[in-house]
Amino acid sequence: MLVICILRRAFFLSCVSASISGDTGVIHVLESEADLEWPLSKGPNPPYMVLLESSLFTKSIMMKMKNASSRVAGVVVVPKTSPREFSPHTTCPNENTGVYTETYDSNLAHCNQTVWNPRGNGLSYEEFDFPVFSLKEDNETEVIKQCYFDHNRVVNGSGPQYPLCAMQLFSHMFAVTDTATCMRRSNIDFSSSPVMVCDPLGGYNVWAFIRPYNSTAFGHKENESVVIAAARLDSRAFFLQDSTGAEGSVSGFVTLLAAAQALRQATQEAPPTRNILFAFFHGEVFDYIGSSRMVYNMKNNKFVIDLDNVHSILEIGQVGVRSGSNLFLHSDPVSRRNNTVDDEVTNLVNNLHSSTAGLNFSFVESGFSQPLPPSSFQRFLRARAIPGIVLADHQTAFNNRYYESFYDNAAHLNLTYPSNLSPEEQLEFVTDTAKSLTEVATAVARALFKQAGGNDSQVNNINADPKTVTQMLYGFLVRSNNSWFQAVMAPELKDVLQPNPPQYYVGVAKSSHQANALTYLVQYLLANLTGTATNLTQSQCKKPDELPNESTYVYSYLWVQGMVPPNSTQRESFCVRTAVRRVMAVSPAFDLGDYVSKEYSTWTESQRKFIKARIFLVASRDLEMMTLGVGVAVLFTSLLVTYFVSTKADVLFSAVREPANAAY
Amino acid sequence: MTAAVFFGCAFIAFGPAFSLFIFTIAKDPLRVIILIAGAFFWLVSLLLSSLVWFIATKATNAQDLTLQKDLLIFGCVFSVILQEVFRFAYYRLLRKANEGLAAISEEDGPPLSVREMAYVAGLGFGIMSGAFSMINTLSDSLGPGTVGMFGDSQYYFITSALMTLALTLLHTFWGVVFFEGCERRRWWVIAVVLCLHLMVFSLSLLNPLYVGSILPVYAIMLLMAVWAFFSSGGSLHNITLLWMCRKSNTETSS
Repeated sequence: MLVICILRRAFFLSCVSASISGDTGVIHVLESEADLEWPLSKGPNPPYMVLLESSLFTKSIMMKMKNASSRVAGVVVVPKTSPREFSPHTTCPNENTGVYTETYDSNLAHCNQTVWNPRGNGLSYEEFDFPVFSLKEDNETEVIKQCYFDHNRVVNGSGPQYPLCAMQLFSHMFAVTDTATCMRRSNIDFSSSPVMVCDPLGGYNVWAFIRPYNSTAFGHKENESVVIAAARLDSRAFFLQDSTGAEGSVSGFVTLLAAAQALRQATQEAPPTRNILFAFFHGEVFDYIGSSRMVYNMKNNKFVIDLDNVHSILEIGQVGVRSGSNLFLHSDPVSRRNNTVDDEVTNLVNNLHSSTAGLNFSFVESGFSQPLPPSSFQRFLRARAIPGIVLADHQTAFNNRYYESFYDNAAHLNLTYPSNLSPEEQLEFVTDTAKSLTEVATAVARALFKQAGGNDSQVNNINADPKTVTQMLYGFLVRSNNSWFQAVMAPELKDVLQPNPPQYYVGVAKSSHQANALTYLVQYLLANLTGTATNLTQSQCKKPDELPNESTYVYSYLWVQGMVPPNSTQRESFCVRTAVRRVMAVSPAFDLGDYVSKEYSTWTESQRKFIKARIFLVASRDLEMMTLGVGVAVLFTSLLVTYFVSTKADVLFSAVREPANAAY
Repeated sequence: MTAAVFFGCAFIAFGPAFSLFIFTIAKDPLRVIILIAGAFFWLVSLLLSSLVWFIATKATNAQDLTLQKDLLIFGCVFSVILQEVFRFAYYRLLRKANEGLAAISEEDGPPLSVREMAYVAGLGFGIMSGAFSMINTLSDSLGPGTVGMFGDSQYYFITSALMTLALTLLHTFWGVVFFEGCERRRWWVIAVVLCLHLMVFSLSLLNPLYVGSILPVYAIMLLMAVWAFFSSGGSLHNITLLWMCRKSNTETSS
């Protein structure tokens, strides 16, 4: 609901730091772009607090207000209808931390060849001198508008009369300047409980091997070859807490989850020669936090495999908004100049082509030599020339008109349900979007199986389940508190399920359960879809090492709530044995203490006091000064008169002679 | 509303009381004691009357707004009566104390005349009454906003301060007149004071029609000032004496 001050290596962005006592401004409800003249130049009572609807939340209006920031005390955005297109992100996402740098290939760096997000206006990365808040359209917003209409309306071009309706926003941020300064200030305090001024951004990566390894044995594994299937978890919006990411991230990771489920049976019956690692990276929007952490761990022998074990990578990008019946395969032209890598990529492409047999779409290569779109695969390429493919629904620029914006929601993916369904019925209803993503998941699963050296005869038995896909889409984009998500979650985590979608902003690494809802959901879903139910009791599930055949080095054991059988009210909880791990992922820059790193993400988030807003009437300055003047006059007059009367009291008040026998 | 309004209203409401305190009370410890005790008596009277009102509101339906308003009016009338009763009780106490003080004092006769005690007691009542009226309003006036969101007048702060000023001075004058009336056994004075107090209260019910409440209250205050002046030993003759004294002073000095 609010913009939070987030800092980077060089400067701080989209910071809403208000003064410590709050910013007050006279409310002005913006009706059109021309109306902007009133707060910016014509209005007689600056500063103004501008309230605008989402259709007016455009770059041109915001930049005009930024240039006149002495007259603007703050901006309040009320989301209403979606504009035709709106992307507050940059045109070239993560341009400095991908693989395309000047040294790698200067023709491809900085999106010189393909601009991936041409609609991007960079609003999320602008620095404003005033706070920008968002308010939901409900009773409170109506009260604010009513107050404006009652007191602040402009009548016949003349200014409104005092008292005027004003609004005060409190959002004091502690962080300053940039990450390096902020972290230095946090580190200065030598006491046992240091005062942190800002926190590094970070979340949790979720990953699982088909054949898990001993999780304490780090480093290279002899004769092990792994195919990595990757997807991104997070996204953002201008107002970080409002991030939705339906096409940007959900379409990708839901497809990968469905593919993992599809592969489960085939890989258990006929395990392929190579291992497959399903990896879900968090924090990718902010310069690839999750994937850079995994690559860093692999390079430094802090992960169960290392880069030599990685055979190839298949990443699922944005696959939800197709403009035809083709999905595009993106590869990196620079590494493909090496013949070995090129052969492997061609092999992977062939596997993908053949996996779409019998399905309603096909995979097509991008056609000409084009760089990779922004993807986690780029971080692996930075370390090693690994063959790999990124799947996407766009051939060149994104099809996503709302990239990294609040409007990239269920409606954008055409997730529509018939109107008379209850929430539980909506959960079960298979939408068209779910059907098309199911087909993609089937193709991905088959391709992964073949890529991992699996037996060709098994391939046609690998099918993704549309019911699973539609339930996941419902849970991640409409409401996370549904019966299926409740069944797969642990009992102590059931309060992360809410009647709305989870939050997709990565946040800081040590935040509450609520903020980590997304990674818990992905972890437990992946466990449910790829793990095995066991007969262990709850206490055994907590300490399975005491049992002969179980080992927490290899597996993790999760106690989940389970479904409610039709005739009873008790849930049938059980213990799941799974290879899924959920591991904290913070940018390596903070491990290395290099807060100005150009190699890794250096994003931090400011700590802040409470954030609140209130409205009230303000009186004119003249009335206030008159009150003060009258007060001072009364004080002086009374001092003078009293002094005068008290010195002349013996003259003014003649003494009364007390009667000698005064008695009452 | 801001610091300007806070200080302005504080000066209006408490300026005269403050100057009276500095110039006439602060030097004499006995006067200070009588002032504080008077304030305390007023406070006890308010406590008892508010207890009655509180029980009445809790025993009835809180949703019925007209009933609550009527109960408030009843509570205030009861409080006015109780304040005057406590003023009388304080008079009795001071008379008894005066005899004791006269016995132990070094000078001949009582250290404080009844008139001085009357004035100090009245001022004590007035200061405490003003504090209770005004302190909450003052603390709210420090914030950035002003009254008026729900249609009330934006002059609320300044008119509250003016009313508090009037009430403080009125209590002082009533004290003087009341004690004098008790001394001379003129019981009709007590009745008049009570009636005037009730009239001032009912005028305040006319708010926010500030013209209808503040102007009559200030008129009553001026009348009471004149009455208190005459009842504490002043006279027109003294004023002309003072005027001539000043005239002769200016003549001799020029």
